[in-house]
Amino acid sequence: MNSYAVIIIIIIYLAMLFYIAFLAEKKRQSKWVNNPYVYTLSLAVYCSAWTYYGSLGIAANSGIHFLPIYLGPVIAAPLWIVVLRKIIRISKQHKISSIADFISLRYGNNRFLGALVTVICLFGTLPYISLQLKAVSETFEIISGDNSYVSTTVIDDSTFYIALLLAIFAAFFGTQNTDASEKHKGIVATVALESMLKLLFFLAIGTYITFYLFDGTSDIYEKISVTDNFKELTTLGKVEDGFNWFFMIALSFMVVFLLPRQFQVAVLENNREKHLKKAIWLFPLYLLLFNIFVIFIAWAGKLTFGSTENAEYYTLLLPLEHGNTFLATLVFLGGFSAVISMVVVSTLALSTMVSNNLVIPYGFLDKFIKNQPERNSKYIKTIRRVSIFTIIIAAYFFYVIFSKALSLYSIGLISFVIISQLAPSFFIGLYWNRGSSKGAIIGMIVGFCVAIYTLVLPFTLEAYTGTDDFRQYGLLGIEALKPYALFGIDFLSPPAHAFFWSITFNLFSYLMFSLMSKGNYRERNYAEMFVDSKNFTNLQDNALVWKGEAYVADIKNVLARFLGEKRATRALKIFFTKYKLSQDTQLADARLINFSEKLLTGSIGSASAKILIASVVKEEQISLVEVLKILEESKENIVSNKVLLEKSNELSQLTSQLKEANEELIDKDKQKDEFLDTVAHELKTPITGIRAAAEVILDDEEMPKEIKAQFLKNILQDSDRLGRLINNILDFEKLETGGLHLDLQPQDIQKTIGKAIASVSQIAAKKEVLIVNNNMHPFVINYDEDRILQVLTNLLSNAIKFCETKTGKIIVDYKIGNQVVEISVADNGKGIPEEDFIYIFDKFYQSKNQNTRKPEGSGLGLAITKQIVEKHKGKIWAKKDIKNGATLVFTIPFE
Amino acid sequence: MKKKILIVDDEPNIVMSLEYTFKKQGFEVFIARDGSEALEILKHHTPNVVLLDIMMPNVDGYQTLTFIKETESLKHIKVVFLTAKNKASDVEKGLSLGADKYLTKPFSVKKIVSEIQELVT
Repeated sequence: MNSYAVIIIIIIYLAMLFYIAFLAEKKRQSKWVNNPYVYTLSLAVYCSAWTYYGSLGIAANSGIHFLPIYLGPVIAAPLWIVVLRKIIRISKQHKISSIADFISLRYGNNRFLGALVTVICLFGTLPYISLQLKAVSETFEIISGDNSYVSTTVIDDSTFYIALLLAIFAAFFGTQNTDASEKHKGIVATVALESMLKLLFFLAIGTYITFYLFDGTSDIYEKISVTDNFKELTTLGKVEDGFNWFFMIALSFMVVFLLPRQFQVAVLENNREKHLKKAIWLFPLYLLLFNIFVIFIAWAGKLTFGSTENAEYYTLLLPLEHGNTFLATLVFLGGFSAVISMVVVSTLALSTMVSNNLVIPYGFLDKFIKNQPERNSKYIKTIRRVSIFTIIIAAYFFYVIFSKALSLYSIGLISFVIISQLAPSFFIGLYWNRGSSKGAIIGMIVGFCVAIYTLVLPFTLEAYTGTDDFRQYGLLGIEALKPYALFGIDFLSPPAHAFFWSITFNLFSYLMFSLMSKGNYRERNYAEMFVDSKNFTNLQDNALVWKGEAYVADIKNVLARFLGEKRATRALKIFFTKYKLSQDTQLADARLINFSEKLLTGSIGSASAKILIASVVKEEQISLVEVLKILEESKENIVSNKVLLEKSNELSQLTSQLKEANEELIDKDKQKDEFLDTVAHELKTPITGIRAAAEVILDDEEMPKEIKAQFLKNILQDSDRLGRLINNILDFEKLETGGLHLDLQPQDIQKTIGKAIASVSQIAAKKEVLIVNNNMHPFVINYDEDRILQVLTNLLSNAIKFCETKTGKIIVDYKIGNQVVEISVADNGKGIPEEDFIYIFDKFYQSKNQNTRKPEGSGLGLAITKQIVEKHKGKIWAKKDIKNGATLVFTIPFE
Repeated sequence: MKKKILIVDDEPNIVMSLEYTFKKQGFEVFIARDGSEALEILKHHTPNVVLLDIMMPNVDGYQTLTFIKETESLKHIKVVFLTAKNKASDVEKGLSLGADKYLTKPFSVKKIVSEIQELVT
């Protein structure tokens, strides 16, 4: 086919893609653009020209070793539902615009780390893009049948123009919006379409070769099985090859997350988390379909051409060989699709990184602060467009210098190994909050250097010097430093070897430095947000220790520079409403700072956003002293809490004491009421008697004389009782309230007992009760004689009261004990019932057993007696276990 | 037929005035010094009315009343409390237990007589 015709086809095809991208941008909300199938197909940007052409080369030359690159993603896919979902969630929350942003934010918005990731991605992606250009260039030559002409200058190399076309496409649709975290629906739609086309065309050519040129798979198998090295091509080989497989699978497992273009489509362009559910089985299915015919096409090519020199392009060469130009053109377009999608998405992702993580934070920030919003937005777009062109042109030169000599497969693996250096800080950082920026930076640099040394340096040196001395003998001829057999490990393939050593060094550096150095508060805070992403909102709003001063107006100015006046005002309004703050709030708080940083992150990257916001915020570093002060304050709080607790305990103790006292008081009050009640009752009884008798006498004039005398006698008796009662009450009251003063004099206790017996002798004689004074020895101690007489008289009259007439006998005795005189009054009367022992000294207690007539007792006798004895510091009690009668004992202490 | 009255009180002087007056009014009078004595008398006699003090040794007035009102052969007997306990709560308690009247000390003998007369005719 004429090369001009090919170019025209390319231009028509590109125009169609432009149109589709344009349509998709226009109908952003349509479900044709937002569905899980488009999402899954866009993930298939993973299958670039390397898959489309490169796999065949491996399959033809070394058998099934092309497979691990697809097995890694297949193994990774089920994990997406956990890992990728988390990444997507975090990215949406923080308006992440690239993988560089993602990693730098995880490590506390570290500007240097963002730049480092960008550089690694650039190094990793440039050869990859150049691989695509190489594929386009070589297939272009094949399809146009023009392999005699070798271009010598850039100007007449068609590949250069194709690269430019791709750059224009990427620049046009990749920089529609300043905010890079906005979705690029146009690009995603074309990528999905291209993914569909490349699969369809590949399956078509596979079917054509297998079933049209040959007689099905078994035909090819039978024919190839008789060739020389068939066995090698269909087996895994030795143990060393097992290691190679393992490392290749691990490598592809990681990069399917880390490749900038994969991160772009899988994370940043993800509309709904639930799309993942379909993708986790649809994407592996896509990869399976893509690989079905690879081995057969490779064998068919080998059988047809005999050599495997151009095995990568069997899909083009086979139909051309059989004169099927149409099918060859389709295959070319399929490959071209794979190239376009890879190049466009990669450059888009890289340009965002370059502008947000490299150019803006390291150069243009000051300029932005002074500029007008419209100009800023223009600047950012310009930076990105320039980046896109620069990247593609750089890739073109890489292709011109190196790629011509290398296979698609080996270039692809170089990219993979370099990109995999992000793995430790990316994956471990998601689940381990100790991972620090220092560890991440050192790990990446070390890993990157090892990868360069073991993989890139050998072939670049070879390309420059023309000798393979370095590869053969190692650095300075040291055996252990041989790039393909570092430290004697010589059984791995160069990429697996490079991957093994670089990732090992990277991982150990990361872990070691993370454990050795703790990040600052900001870093630890973001680490916590990533690791515990579910708790994100709380952490973001509360945990960030932020100390500083900023005015809302200043922050709004910064926001307006990048978002425009209208959007900035709207954003702040939303913020104030969300947090229920007044719309004219003057001072910004930590939440607003976070919110603003997040808003700007989409446009200029998180590191730059932080710097920009910091420029209007008087943010003070929190010094150790202040941290200590904060800790001290909380300690003081703890101490004062403790004091408070003690106080509260004291208070509750006091309360209970008060309660007790109160209860006692209530008790006393009740006792007083009862006392008054009883007194009233006792007083009323004689009065009733007097009143009734007087009334009877008054009303009955004819009353017989002796009856009248009896009534009058009753009146006298009751009056005496009343008088006695009143005296007793007064006495008792005086004793009870402590108003009684004892007149302590030396007295002979024997004489006092004699006086007491004399005073009751008349009633005793009347009842014929015998009173015996047992102890006739004099003994002098100090006491109030009148009061002790009262005690003795009371006890004696009680005894007489309970004694039987004629047989009654009372014995009064006293003993001298240890500094105490013990006086006892024993009778042979009815005795005191056991249950009454504790009550007999209570006021107004009257025994149920008393058999005398009532008027003689007041009910206060023993109560008063007890008071008097206690006033002398003595004791009074009724003796227990007395066989008959009662014995009451009281003591008077002496010195 | 002679009306019968049982006077239950542990104060002999008070009992004496009441006994004298009711005898003069033509009552047959029984005397008990406390509840247990009263219950003993009620075994053999059925008075028309019982004049009952409350605060007494052994069996008190409340117990005596309860016994009377719960005994089928006795419960028709009118019971009048005559006591120094004059708080409203005491009066309420006495009447709620089934006393027909509640009179307080000190009292007018004439008034007691008329109240009792009113009750038994």
